[in-house]
Amino acid sequence: MENYLLIPFLPFAAFLINILFGRAVLKEKAHWVSILAVAGSWVVAVMTLRDVLAGKTLNENVYTWILAGDFKVSVGFLIDQLTAIMLIVVTTCSTLIHIYSVGYMHGDNGYYRFFSYLSLFTFCMLMLVMANNFLQLYFGWEGVGLCSYFLIGYYFDKKSASDAGKKAFIVNRFGDFGFGLGIFVIFLNFGTTYYAPVFAQAGSLAAKSYNFLGFDVHLMTLISLLLFCGSIGKSAQMPLHVWLPDAMEGPTPVSALIHAATMVTAGVFLVARCNPIFSQSETALVVVALTGAITSLFAATIALVQNDLKRIIAYSTVSQLGYMFLACGVGAYTAGVFHLYTHAFFKALLFLCAGSVMHAMGGELDIQKMGGLRKYMPVTYVTMLIASLSIAGFPGLAGFFSKDEILWMAYSGSSPVGKIVWASGTLVAFLTAFYSFRLIFLTFHGKFRGTHEQEHHLHESPKAMTIPLMLLCVGAVAAGWVGIPALIGENIGIHNGIAEFMKPVLGHAEGHGTHGEELIVMAVSVVVGFAGIGLAWFMYMLRPDIPGKLTAQFSGVHKVLYNKYYVDELYSAVIIRPTIWTAKNILIGVTDAKVIEAIVNGVPAAIGGVSRQLRKIQTGLMHHYATIMAMGIFIIAALMLMRSW
Amino acid sequence: MEQVMTNTMGFPILSSLIFLPVIGAVVLLLLNRTNENLIKWVALLFSVGTFLVSLPLFSTFDKTTHAMQFVERHAWIPSWNINYYLGLDGISILFVLLSTLVAILCVLISWNSVKMKVKEFFISILIVESAMIGVFCSLDFFLFYIFWEAMLIPMYLLIGVWGGPNRVYAAVKFFLYTLVGSVLMLVGIITLYLYAGRTFDILALSKLILPYDMQFWLFWAFFAAFAVKVPMFPVHTWLPDAHTEAPTAGSVILAAILIKMGAYGFLRFSLPMLPEASRAMTPVMIGLSVIAIIYGGVICLAQTDLKRLIAYSSVSHMGFVTLGIFALNVQGMEGGILQMLNHGIVTGGLFLGVGAIYDRTHTRQIADYGGVASVMPVYASIFIVFTLASIGLPATNGFVGEFLILLGGFKASQWAGVLSATGIIIGAGYMLWLYQRVFFMETNQKVAGLSDIGARELAALLPMVVLIFWIGVYPTAFLGFMHESVRHLLERVSDGGVHGVSVAHNVLEILK
Repeated sequence: MENYLLIPFLPFAAFLINILFGRAVLKEKAHWVSILAVAGSWVVAVMTLRDVLAGKTLNENVYTWILAGDFKVSVGFLIDQLTAIMLIVVTTCSTLIHIYSVGYMHGDNGYYRFFSYLSLFTFCMLMLVMANNFLQLYFGWEGVGLCSYFLIGYYFDKKSASDAGKKAFIVNRFGDFGFGLGIFVIFLNFGTTYYAPVFAQAGSLAAKSYNFLGFDVHLMTLISLLLFCGSIGKSAQMPLHVWLPDAMEGPTPVSALIHAATMVTAGVFLVARCNPIFSQSETALVVVALTGAITSLFAATIALVQNDLKRIIAYSTVSQLGYMFLACGVGAYTAGVFHLYTHAFFKALLFLCAGSVMHAMGGELDIQKMGGLRKYMPVTYVTMLIASLSIAGFPGLAGFFSKDEILWMAYSGSSPVGKIVWASGTLVAFLTAFYSFRLIFLTFHGKFRGTHEQEHHLHESPKAMTIPLMLLCVGAVAAGWVGIPALIGENIGIHNGIAEFMKPVLGHAEGHGTHGEELIVMAVSVVVGFAGIGLAWFMYMLRPDIPGKLTAQFSGVHKVLYNKYYVDELYSAVIIRPTIWTAKNILIGVTDAKVIEAIVNGVPAAIGGVSRQLRKIQTGLMHHYATIMAMGIFIIAALMLMRSW
Repeated sequence: MEQVMTNTMGFPILSSLIFLPVIGAVVLLLLNRTNENLIKWVALLFSVGTFLVSLPLFSTFDKTTHAMQFVERHAWIPSWNINYYLGLDGISILFVLLSTLVAILCVLISWNSVKMKVKEFFISILIVESAMIGVFCSLDFFLFYIFWEAMLIPMYLLIGVWGGPNRVYAAVKFFLYTLVGSVLMLVGIITLYLYAGRTFDILALSKLILPYDMQFWLFWAFFAAFAVKVPMFPVHTWLPDAHTEAPTAGSVILAAILIKMGAYGFLRFSLPMLPEASRAMTPVMIGLSVIAIIYGGVICLAQTDLKRLIAYSSVSHMGFVTLGIFALNVQGMEGGILQMLNHGIVTGGLFLGVGAIYDRTHTRQIADYGGVASVMPVYASIFIVFTLASIGLPATNGFVGEFLILLGGFKASQWAGVLSATGIIIGAGYMLWLYQRVFFMETNQKVAGLSDIGARELAALLPMVVLIFWIGVYPTAFLGFMHESVRHLLERVSDGGVHGVSVAHNVLEILK
């Protein structure tokens, strides 16, 4: 654990080397620097996990970052159970995706640039999860956002890509606005922004109310909700989800790493990290649970009708992130983090498989133009199938355990909205299975529907790509085995390792229900999963005429879903266009030009005008001056007389 | 505690800094105007020399005291009790250093872009430098006023002679705007002089207890001068014109140093001399700051001219500075002072950057650009650093300043903090949009085939990049200068009604 600083700073060093020497010196060898660095981080992270498993934790300040009056914050690191899990998730996914990128980005013009951004991203993400105070968390938070901006807009000569990058950054700033205010409120009430003293005082300040903008509000609720604003942005929850689907403009490894496995889960991490604060506010937890539940349902319905391979998976990510918040909101932080961890594997795998498909299809993304690919790319097919089974909750696979844990905790926990979010979560499980297998069937089964030229080109991807697929596939299958519920585990002699491991940080949420109920909940989630798969098989394999008919019959609904409920259009009409209109027509057109400038240019003009008039009395005629002088003397004399009265 | 410390440098360092550029200007005057290369090299030599002489300030400044350091004092016009009185404290020192650095960068960036009256151009730059340093070093109000006004003349020439097509309008506007404010300040200075028993000593004046009515009127007289310079809303409209029409070096000096003088004036004069009025006027000042932040930011969203956009962004950023200063707490004020420095670095850098590309394309219209990142990758990477610092990304200097200001602002007034924080969203909006339209998307025909920046331009831009990260990662190196001076100033502002020493001090004395 002494070497923990290597974990973030190895990738940082790789970033510096690549950005300075990549273009001129390293060129197509740039990946070596980045891969070696991130692999090194992974090794140290694994050693760190071993130490944490042995009971060691660490909370250490490296140097004082900002000091002003009583405000002091350091660059400092906290390594505990939650950090350790996140380190493993981040470094494992990052390493595999780095390797995959060697194949995927081969021959790209900005090869070194791509790898330097990946390294920078890994550094920022690690700084985020290893922070021991809110400000450093914010540093990592904005840093990953920046890398996301760079990588979404990686093909910057495309307008759509640079638009998407900009959108991601600005939408996130809306969330960070709340997040930043949350940090202010924390500092003003706790006198510090270090986690340890803040969380230690959370209990004693639980009942405190605080005057915010003239309203007396419950302090813990206020802080929780402000912090949650940040989560909503970063983890693409409603109403700030709009940036994530557009983020698919970035290269696919980026979608896998940043927009599935790591960065977008930072919001969940934030809620889990701040669980001592959130747990003091039932209101905040209900908001978190409902936001998660609504977002997961909303995104899943959109995913049903999309045809863009990556966007389907992107909506699936939004939906699954909602699941994690749902878990945190019912107080089951461990379940949320558990799902974060399993999701990282199967979702990264789904994206990388999608990338492999794109690679074979020459960049084609429309699944309506695919079909029958399993013949040509067996490894991609099998791994993607397993990932889809995992996300659909096929018993025994990673996704099954974490999803089941969340649903059971929602059902049996003490949250006032538990039963509602359980019901919606179960519905989402059905929809997830359906759209995941719609994608599988349309892409890999049936007949090829693309052009002849495309068909001619179909091939399995190179080893650099397929090996990471197979390794991630192991995770998509087995990652859940660390969290086998007692209900099953008791019978086969395995206990729920992750729940015990996370207990010191995340507490232990208890379900209140019988074994019978737990079995029923589990059975229901399995049944709806199979039902979703079955329906997809029925509609897209057995009766491929049905989808078209349904679309025709419910064209209104289809249109709304296909256009993502018109949220982008709404924001454009309500926020973006009015702001720019105001800037152009009111601020520049009226205030600056007509009011202030009128005064600025008007005063000299007025003075000029008056003096032009005054000039007229300068006639040069002696008798005029004499008359005026006489009048002056008369007025002065009159005034003096008046005063003496 | 002593108010001043004797100069331990062994030579009059501040006078050297003020007069070295003047000597440079005289040397330039003597050179043959046809030998342009020699003129440039001499100008560079003197600006680099001045910078090197200023470096010991950074290393030898005593950070443990608020007292004035490197002090020089000589009677100048004894019959009026006017002194040649110089010194630096934690508030002013960083701006002297920034001035000497910026002068070098201005010489470098103007190397090839100034084609006519080369000799006069570099003379103007050196005279401006001298006046800038003088403003920050003066401890005599009269001397300060001389430097303050002296700066206007070469600045007026820079804009009016070497500026863009509409330069005369912009120069006259700039001159009149600032002159009107300055005249009111002069009235204020004379009032203070007479009231205090004929002294221009800034430190002595900063200990006076003035009647509130007088403070009130003086506050607004000073406000007229300082608010115009900052520039605060609603007296900001000279800035976009001046910036747009000024040559690159002129814009850089305006952005980096000149508009800092307004905020510096509030810190050096309004707050310590008129503490009660400053406290009472806080709501107005914070209100105007918040308006400037949002107004300046939103207006940027509709700009089509590169320099005009950056000029308006200055209005927004300087709103943060005045917000921090008038939050009247440690975080706000230290953030404000740091942000003055930051804005000088970042906006100075942005104008240097715009100048570099303007030299190639001779257009300021954003629509004439696009895809510059493809043709000038090194330039694009440097410009993104400035862009990110401008929107306050952590690890850049902008974050440290804005964070402290918003924290201080939030502490002083929650509404001000919340409303101002929207500035970070708007800021990201206009800066990233600007960056996208200039650097991303398809390569515009007008920029196709441009050469990337060369060594000279790189030398002008890199110091700013280094400073951005230095302050962003280790701000202590800079905030450390101001802790004591800010503490002292805030004590003065909060205890301004009590004679001489602070209440806390009295209580401590009694306890002892």
